Amino acid sequence: MIFVSVGSQLPFDRLIIAIDEWAATHQDETVFAQIGNSNFTPKHIEFCQTIDPINYDKRIKSADIIIAHAGTGTIITGLELGIPLLIMPRLAEKGEHRNNHQLATVKHFSTFTTITIVGNEQILVTTLDQMLKNKSASPEKITTTVSNKLITTIKDFIVDT
Amino acid sequence: MNQVESKKKKVLFISSSGGHWIEMRRLEAAFEGFDKYYISTDPSYYQAITEGKFYAVPDASMWNKFRLLGQAIKILLLLIYIRPNIVISTGAAPGFFGLLFAKKMRIKTIWVDSLANVEQLSLSGQKVKPYADLWLTQWEHLSTPNGPYFYGAVL
Repeated sequence: MIFVSVGSQLPFDRLIIAIDEWAATHQDETVFAQIGNSNFTPKHIEFCQTIDPINYDKRIKSADIIIAHAGTGTIITGLELGIPLLIMPRLAEKGEHRNNHQLATVKHFSTFTTITIVGNEQILVTTLDQMLKNKSASPEKITTTVSNKLITTIKDFIVDT
Repeated sequence: MNQVESKKKKVLFISSSGGHWIEMRRLEAAFEGFDKYYISTDPSYYQAITEGKFYAVPDASMWNKFRLLGQAIKILLLLIYIRPNIVISTGAAPGFFGLLFAKKMRIKTIWVDSLANVEQLSLSGQKVKPYADLWLTQWEHLSTPNGPYFYGAVL
């Protein structure tokens, strides 16, 4: 199953349209997409506008590939679960966000081997095909943990509260 | 009479929905033994809480002044009702108000700016500086000797 998420704040139709078109010619793949508050209605995939935490958990855990905007929520969850992430950042010039901070975000997350970053929707679908072909070679699971130093710093700070 | 002993300290986690929320939940490890309270903007998030109490506030961004006011008022009322010992946030607008009011109420405050802000601190993260007793970034290159400070990230 392919799980797609554009996050809770804004729609990201460029991503959803590309996946919907791709799904039209790949009907053997199941796709579930959280599309946000969008006017676009996908025709070839199962979708919802927003998703509650229980359903999000259930869906994302059964995914073989996660496709998403460059939001930290989906990226962290995907890394925790060791599921390959295909990320396309939002662009301010296309009205997809207030600024281009997602471009900076992906630069810093690109060091993780389970994260693949693509710049546009054409590369998105060709990369997706590639990833599905290599699916059997399951990637090494990365366990991500919170920095000990960060937790200790907070603990020390609150100790005499 | 020893009533003090049984009283657990309270921590309030407050953030908007999505990535801020997921990052914030990873900081729970620092609050073992605390009574936990949560405030966010997605009412369905009560499902995600295994321990503690959840309250929803109206969604608003720094760009929508009217909704922002409604959000701020509800946060203030919840703070008065909960009376936490510590307030912690990863952003954005709800966290700013949470820390602002908490500081006025002499409650300890912690800000951990979101990982999403790689090139510069978030707008709320910049504005919250005077109200954050502990003011942190998760990117080392954004830290300065006068804060925000860097002690690692949630990832």
